Amino acid sequence: MSFLTVEGLSVTLGQVKILEDVTFQVPAGKVTGLIGANGAGKSTALKAILDIVTPSGGKITLDGVDVPSMAARERARLISYVPQGAPVHWPLAAERLVALGRIPHLNPWQELSDADNYVIQQSMEATDCWRFRDRSVTSLSGGERSRVLLARTMAVGAPYMLADEPIASLDPLHQLQVMDIMRQQAAKGVGVLIVLHDLSFALRFCDQLVLLHAGGVLASGQPDEVLADKNMESAFGVQVSRWSDGGEQFLVPRQMGQM
Amino acid sequence: MILRIKDSHWALNGFLLFIIIFVALLSGMFGHVDLAPSDVAVGLFGPADDPVAIIVRELRLPRILLAILAGASLGYAGAALQGLLRNPLADPGVIGVSASASLGAVVAIYLGLAAYSSVAIPVLAMGGAFLATTVLMVLASRDASVLTLILAGIGISSLATAAMSLVMNFTPNPITVQEMVLWMLGSLENRTFDDLMLAGPFIVAGWITMIGVGQGLNALSLGEEAAHTLGVDLKTLRWRVVLGTALSVGATVSICGAVGFVGLVVPHIVRALIGYEPRRLLIPSALLGAILMMLADILTRLPIGHGQLRLGVVMAIIGAPVFLYIVFKTREAMR
Repeated sequence: MSFLTVEGLSVTLGQVKILEDVTFQVPAGKVTGLIGANGAGKSTALKAILDIVTPSGGKITLDGVDVPSMAARERARLISYVPQGAPVHWPLAAERLVALGRIPHLNPWQELSDADNYVIQQSMEATDCWRFRDRSVTSLSGGERSRVLLARTMAVGAPYMLADEPIASLDPLHQLQVMDIMRQQAAKGVGVLIVLHDLSFALRFCDQLVLLHAGGVLASGQPDEVLADKNMESAFGVQVSRWSDGGEQFLVPRQMGQM
Repeated sequence: MILRIKDSHWALNGFLLFIIIFVALLSGMFGHVDLAPSDVAVGLFGPADDPVAIIVRELRLPRILLAILAGASLGYAGAALQGLLRNPLADPGVIGVSASASLGAVVAIYLGLAAYSSVAIPVLAMGGAFLATTVLMVLASRDASVLTLILAGIGISSLATAAMSLVMNFTPNPITVQEMVLWMLGSLENRTFDDLMLAGPFIVAGWITMIGVGQGLNALSLGEEAAHTLGVDLKTLRWRVVLGTALSVGATVSICGAVGFVGLVVPHIVRALIGYEPRRLLIPSALLGAILMMLADILTRLPIGHGQLRLGVVMAIIGAPVFLYIVFKTREAMR
């Protein structure tokens, strides 16, 4: 079994402690949800794993291999990233944008091979954007653009994928599709770490959850245990209503004391 | 609007290369003495003591080669900088090297050094470019963000421009001031192989520094963080583009003056042809830059304005309307 392991991770930006002694594991073939209030340190944890921010302490390892000391290209082939609300600076055709995901596999002079193009097409079909592959990304709607960017990340073909709120700007159907894609990725053996705000989605689509609160791990493990009432109260300051429909559990947050 | 020439940009490059040869031949034909194409060939490959051979080899060939080097440098550096800064407004001047090279030239003219040596102006101009590059490196050495680089470049540029004005202020002779202004407007007149030997190595060194930056620039389309997660070493990428620009454009300005417009406009023309992918713009921009530089140089030889038609002026007069046209055509895509 392959694991991406974060052990005792601390991050200090300027004078501010963002994360302190954070430990969790992302197993291959599972969807791990990272939840927590705004400012709890979710994005920073992802960025520390990706070497975008430098940890002040702790260890990040992939099957025992130290991630921060990996060569950049090697790390890029192993861990892919869906940034939050990512900008696209040039009006590239959607397919050319997705092709950027193959960069970790290419030397500076190499053109895309048939195999690369196959991966690109697969990723775009899975995210339902192959049909507008020729359109400029600036002409796409927010949801279409997010799917193109997700396809870009999938095109890396890395065994681990970190996604920072990938469903934030999507309509309900595409939210479900993206979560389905995450499940499919996991079924293929990819270890998915996904930052989520929707508690129902966290419960329904994740194999395990890590709940961050004030820079530390408040709870981690089985989704229904992590989403217990007392955790919701201390992490988010909310109460939750729960019910089930068609065999699936749903959680809706409410302000405290407004029963 | 955007043609999709999938992986066949070599067709465009081949076409541009053909145009370069054609325009170079044109450039060999026109001047004080107009020559037939066959004369140009005879001058190039025939006996060396022939007067036509002297015109072609000594006067026109260095000028053609310099125009190619200069135009290619400005086009390539412009495309690379726009990719690095992710800003279609960037031109090679933003890092401050052009203004500093101009300052060096103005100082050389002020001191009257041109009377002692024909390479005095380019040598001092290159000194200016070198100084600017060093200051830029020091100011922005510790974990330089792109913003720091631009701001440092603007600061250096302003300082150099102010110093230039100061030197002009102190110049007692209006004819010398005129000489300075004319130098800054750019020219390839009377350039020789000495100039070529002086600037050529720096220009080529700049190109070599920037070889293979395309993929990193492509990745930067997604922003710095995403580019980092694609395995791009941003620090190295930044320095390669900045140093490569400083070397090639600094040397270019030293020889032919501050011809600013090429680096800004050429990448836009190429984008209108083959789309926005930064990597694909690099080589066509270099080739098109060389073509435009040679064409502008040919136009400066027209008997207009008592032989005072300057390269930078011609380039801007032609380039600006083209630029406006492209802005008009692509305003939808750039939204």
